Amino acid sequence: MGILVIAEHDNTSIKSGTLNTVAAAGKLGGDVHLLVAGSGCAAAAQAAAKIVGVAKVLVADAAHFAHGLAENVGDLVAGLAKGYSHVLAPATTYGKNFLPRVAALLDVAQISDIIAIDSADTFVRPIYAGNVFATVQSADTIKVITVRTTAFDPAATEGGAAVVESIGAGADAGKSSFVSQELTKSDRPELAAAKIIVSGGRALGSAEQFKAVIEPLADKIGAAVGASRAAVDAGYAPNDYQVGQTGKIVAPQLYVAVGISGAIQHLAGMKDSKVIVAINKDEEAPIFQVADYGLVGDLFTIVPDLIAELSK
Amino acid sequence: MKALVAVKRVVDYNVKVRVKADGSDVDIANVKMSMNPFDEIAVEEAVRLKEAGKISEIVVVSMGSGKCEEQIRTAMAMGADRGILVETDIDLQPLAVAKLLKAIVTKEQPQLVILGKQAIDDDSNQTGQMLAALTGMPQGTFASKVELTTEALTVTREIDGGLETVKLQLPAVVTTDLRLNEPRYVKLPNIMAAKKKPLDKTTPADLGVDAAPRLKTLKVAEPPKRSAGIKVGSVAELVAKLKNEAKVI
Repeated sequence: MGILVIAEHDNTSIKSGTLNTVAAAGKLGGDVHLLVAGSGCAAAAQAAAKIVGVAKVLVADAAHFAHGLAENVGDLVAGLAKGYSHVLAPATTYGKNFLPRVAALLDVAQISDIIAIDSADTFVRPIYAGNVFATVQSADTIKVITVRTTAFDPAATEGGAAVVESIGAGADAGKSSFVSQELTKSDRPELAAAKIIVSGGRALGSAEQFKAVIEPLADKIGAAVGASRAAVDAGYAPNDYQVGQTGKIVAPQLYVAVGISGAIQHLAGMKDSKVIVAINKDEEAPIFQVADYGLVGDLFTIVPDLIAELSK
Repeated sequence: MKALVAVKRVVDYNVKVRVKADGSDVDIANVKMSMNPFDEIAVEEAVRLKEAGKISEIVVVSMGSGKCEEQIRTAMAMGADRGILVETDIDLQPLAVAKLLKAIVTKEQPQLVILGKQAIDDDSNQTGQMLAALTGMPQGTFASKVELTTEALTVTREIDGGLETVKLQLPAVVTTDLRLNEPRYVKLPNIMAAKKKPLDKTTPADLGVDAAPRLKTLKVAEPPKRSAGIKVGSVAELVAKLKNEAKVI
């Protein structure tokens, strides 16, 4: 029995979370098939075929897959799943949206956000905002799984030579339609995949200061910009910058937390970072308990000094 | 139009849970329990839609031990009209909850079902989607804005790169994200009034649902602790450490 991975893509390229999910699938043993469901997605399918570890790429190309609506993708994947032992998707908003539908249609449990694979039926996943790791075993015939992408190294994007096969697309479920999309424009690296992240909290005080203090530092070190929930709720940064239990889960090489106290909810999203730096004027802030390097002081003088020091 | 809202009783978000010494489970005896924060947002949204004249009745449902009545009463104090408690000792997992909710949906025929996007205890983020699949309804997950007309529902969703808006046929399922609204505080007179609102009790057997858990938890453990860091005295020292010791820049 093979393993089916659902690719997240924008019809022309494959999103990075797919690569980590393919790598996780590779640990299960068995042929890995990658489904590319989209509209005009030939370029994404070609890119998918080069990913190391993929044996076959299945392409479902139809107008009703253009925006990845859960009703349509869910039906398609549930139909395909019966031939596989495992069905995996990245635990991004894309994967989290449709995969539980697939599990319910197959009458199996879903195992969400796995961080480790003990065996083909036993997985480790964080619960209670990452404060507890649970090892769970599934007795279902098909294991339906979302993968925490930061927990698995990505598969290489070049070197594979998978067969590409077109499959039937099925009908439009017709219950939902796409209206519009409003994406945050950024030239910086994508938050979930960035090697360095500079994150700002409520202490920045305003959207203007967030921009003026956090962004130059991020640009100096080629980092993505993140934010705490407090900063997002206060309107200092857009929603999709949020790092935490309810936002994005990140694990970069370096995470710089500026003016962030370190609530449980925020730590759940970043405490697997390799090196954590905290800059905060409150010496007692919980962020210092997880920080490798802490600097106590006023961020409005420290951050510019830091940029100057890095420019030397 | 009738709305159904599902609420879960969970360990309060401020509590840092501990693992039992034998690693069998999380120790939640004698800790503070509350309504899941995302479900408060779900109740609030239903109440606002009722206040706007778009919904005529709000039915709130919770499942688990008899103590879940507290969370149903809280939802009633916020503005829900009546409650349904599905009482059971079974460890309810999302698939079972979705099946139980489907049975209630079949009975109550709501046009709109609102749930939180995830519960802060199991962090699954599955139930709303599963319910939508089982009932054949469309879904608007991670909603940050909801517009309801008599025929359709327009939902703005928080996605990884920004926002996406979809239009759904009714009946539909919505799961709430943090920024959908700011839930109200309950006032004492409303708490008193909520005690008199009707509450039906039922069980998985009454609803004809096999609610047995599908996933077996083999063990739970504390995550590995990070080793203690150091406080540096200056920006120069910080940069030197990052360059020479941690080698991350």
